Amino acid sequence: MTAADTAAAPGGTGGTGLTLAVEHMDVTYRVRGQDRRVLRDVSFQIGRNESYGLVGESGSGKSTVALALTRYLPRNGWVSSGTISINGIDPLALGDAALRELRARTVSMVYQEPGRALNPSIKVGRQVAEVYEIAGLGRRSALESAENMLRKVQISDPGRVMERYPHQLSGGMAQRAVIAMALAAEPSLLILDEPTTALDATVEAEVLDLVAALREEFDTSVLFISHNLAVIAKMCDRVGVLYAGELIEEGPAREVFDQPRHPYTVGLLRCIPRRGQRKDHGRLDTIPGFLPAPGSVLNECIFAARCPIAEQQCRAAAPPAFAISATRSSRCYLHELTVDLPRNTPVDVQLPSRHDAAEPIVRVASLSKTFGSRGETVKALVGVDLVLERGETLGLVGESGSGKTTLARALLGLITPDEGSIVELEGQPLGADARRRPRDQLKALQIVFQNPDSALNRRHTVRRLISRPLSRLAGLSGAQLRERLADLVRSVRMEERHLTLRPSQLSGGLKQRVAIARAFGGGPRIVVCDEPTSALDVSVQAAILNLLVDLQAKEQVTYLFISHDLGLVRYLSDRIAVLYLGRVMEIGPAEAVFAGPHHPYTEALLSAVPSLDGQHATRIRLHGEIPSAADPPTGCVFHTRCPRRLTTGECESTEPPLLEVAPGHLMSCHIPIDQLQTLQNDGRVP
Amino acid sequence: MIGGPAGYEIAGVPGSTGGPGGAEVTVALAPRRAESTPWRLLLRKPTFVAGAVILLFWIACALFGSVIAPHSPFAQQLLATNNAPSRAHLFGTDQLGRDMLSRVIVGARGILLIAPLATLLGTALGTALGLAMGYLGGVIDLLVSRVVEAVLALPFLIVAFLFIVALGPSTTTLIVVIGFVFTPLIARTVRSAVLVESQLDYLSSARLLGEKSAHIMFVEILPNVVPAILVEFTVRLGYAIFAVATLSFLGFGIQPPTPDWGADIAANYGVLPAGYWWETIFPALAIASLVIGVNLVTDAIEQVLAS
Repeated sequence: MTAADTAAAPGGTGGTGLTLAVEHMDVTYRVRGQDRRVLRDVSFQIGRNESYGLVGESGSGKSTVALALTRYLPRNGWVSSGTISINGIDPLALGDAALRELRARTVSMVYQEPGRALNPSIKVGRQVAEVYEIAGLGRRSALESAENMLRKVQISDPGRVMERYPHQLSGGMAQRAVIAMALAAEPSLLILDEPTTALDATVEAEVLDLVAALREEFDTSVLFISHNLAVIAKMCDRVGVLYAGELIEEGPAREVFDQPRHPYTVGLLRCIPRRGQRKDHGRLDTIPGFLPAPGSVLNECIFAARCPIAEQQCRAAAPPAFAISATRSSRCYLHELTVDLPRNTPVDVQLPSRHDAAEPIVRVASLSKTFGSRGETVKALVGVDLVLERGETLGLVGESGSGKTTLARALLGLITPDEGSIVELEGQPLGADARRRPRDQLKALQIVFQNPDSALNRRHTVRRLISRPLSRLAGLSGAQLRERLADLVRSVRMEERHLTLRPSQLSGGLKQRVAIARAFGGGPRIVVCDEPTSALDVSVQAAILNLLVDLQAKEQVTYLFISHDLGLVRYLSDRIAVLYLGRVMEIGPAEAVFAGPHHPYTEALLSAVPSLDGQHATRIRLHGEIPSAADPPTGCVFHTRCPRRLTTGECESTEPPLLEVAPGHLMSCHIPIDQLQTLQNDGRVP
Repeated sequence: MIGGPAGYEIAGVPGSTGGPGGAEVTVALAPRRAESTPWRLLLRKPTFVAGAVILLFWIACALFGSVIAPHSPFAQQLLATNNAPSRAHLFGTDQLGRDMLSRVIVGARGILLIAPLATLLGTALGTALGLAMGYLGGVIDLLVSRVVEAVLALPFLIVAFLFIVALGPSTTTLIVVIGFVFTPLIARTVRSAVLVESQLDYLSSARLLGEKSAHIMFVEILPNVVPAILVEFTVRLGYAIFAVATLSFLGFGIQPPTPDWGADIAANYGVLPAGYWWETIFPALAIASLVIGVNLVTDAIEQVLAS
């Protein structure tokens, strides 16, 4: 396929039917006087109405591909060889006017942050209408078209939304508006660059459904860029896996994820806990080593250094793309051997010996937290009762705004709970303010924050960061401290040489290890993990999860594990608590909560998660976003979004109590448990 | 927002510490670290180099002025008053026949002693106050903020006059007065920098180790707000130079016959209509060049810290 072929087919219709053809594209950046080739020999095609996924970890060059296609590369970057053809047009050969025309009519882009894609000082309606005005419509008909378009992206009251400014929209709503703008020009190619990464899982599910439906309606080809393999699996017909600037494997999405033929793809898939996989099934596999520096010139397979089966030939010359079938290719000499690739991490796992008699270590009763004053109050937590048992992992799930982090911070004493709240550690009341807690209580409870960049003082060295809890909490000094420090550094799999570095000189994974070492330094009994891996790539995430499991076995700690990723929570947790608007909706053993019958909210959260194995258990969808905690709904707080709401009106009027439905399994729902069971087993979508 | 920024990429600059993967690279390329230390970045900026050269020139004059100066700045030649610039007197002579060049060179001393010390005093006090306001917050913040606003509402010169009249003009008085006037301004800047830091989790982390407030303010926060303080210091230094010159010009600063740019302008501007321009213009140029030098350095530091 050459550019000349596609050029013969104006509008992308006709013979070839290709919307996008990229052939042997290289992109080079000039950095400090040196040329770095960050994309090498990238070739792929997207047919009409096809959805193509580009997946890879950070630094793999995904976004660079998108920028190169639309010629949005920064001034120091350029396409140094190869060809691009969009509907037969070569964007590299266009003049300014023609390029503007291409961007206006043929290609649209949607980025990760909807907030940044919209102009904060112009009303949403005008911004969408502008696209139509550029296309030549008059002001009034442009506004009408904009309203229609907003209705198509399922914005329920487009007239009112058009009068709002972007900051008045929720994240999901803003992303819909951006999608509306992108589709307004009826582009042949829609590029979506991590469009749902900044959104909640329930909102993500809705936006993905929307994109899929609109693709049909508008007959648009889609280039979908994401780090999330499951999202790609759900959304794309074909997928390309990008590693360090090379497309290492390509093929139909289903086939690539079921039978990966490149060791990197295999490794990536093994890093993610499979549906139903739990920590007692063994460690997650990891990918050792680091991504090569961008633009480094290698005369070997780029993955050879991290590959468990690399041979002589892999290090002798870079492999070409081998055609495995008519539709699949892999840049691996040994693509036949990937089926039983040896593991990098041994499976064997030590599990903490759980005490049979569940012995509570932390008890929280009627814990409430109200923020704000002067009439405007937000109840972030309302009468939460729960117990942490010694040595267990309690998973805490819920959408953003459900009160997960508030609960953790109240437990740690970083925020003071309302009067009347009870927080006890081993039967003794915990001080409300960490600053006034005695050393023993401080020692007992520690946290691993979500973002190590924020949690580590960037001016302190690793040695200082890890030593401080040893001297403050464990009371060590001198040789004892040095010994324990070395021990701790080893147990988080870091090296002596890291001690003199500062956080900015470490990778994301290493930074999070420092944060973990800090949390474990004082010898805690309970560690709160607040989304500890959400800022990390999947291969790094797997290593951190393994580390957390190992440390739990070694140090006999109890975890409160907060995450929005239900797969991770299921992998790690013994029990799970589901929070919604600051209330516990359901709490119980992990298996029971996942297997059901579950609370309708839990059911919705589970339905929202895209899965890699393609079994889209699309049962129920939540519409809209979590209501404001400043003005919670009456009765059951979930009734406004509950697809299984009773018609009796009970849900609207009275708040259901948290009742035991099975031993240790509590739920707050008016629907009787056996009725829930029947409904959910039928898989009936109300 | 619960979907973390995993996979977020900085597409523009490979090798920058963009995503987690990008940062691995920084470790891999450790030797590059030395290249991008703030110092090296500064030295690569022409504005910084130009500003630093001007500053160093005047510092040299302040330190070794009496050695460099061709004549004594005090020596009066009553037969050679108001001489235009010539080979003997490059900058001419003043109404008492004193060599202007020597007076300009030696005149750097007073201003370069008072301005930096006053700024230093203001920065030290302002930093402590700003840290307390930003970190402790509450009543302290409320009270001090009101005082700061009150001080800011008073014109600088009026406050300075009051103090100098009360204490008598001396080097110490000038340092203390300018330092005190600067304190609330610097405190305000430091406070807002501290508020940004307060959002970060490392402070919570420190609290969970049972650290005392003083430790958190001076060991945890202070190193992170140093860049903001540094910029504020250099900005204030420019103003301090101007303030010293102004006060001297008005007769509240360095007293004659000690050579001083502001005082010399005041002494000689009366004869400007008679065409004796050199007696005014050279001290004025000295003040201007010093302020420009400081501002060039400030700009460069700001740019480096912002990048």
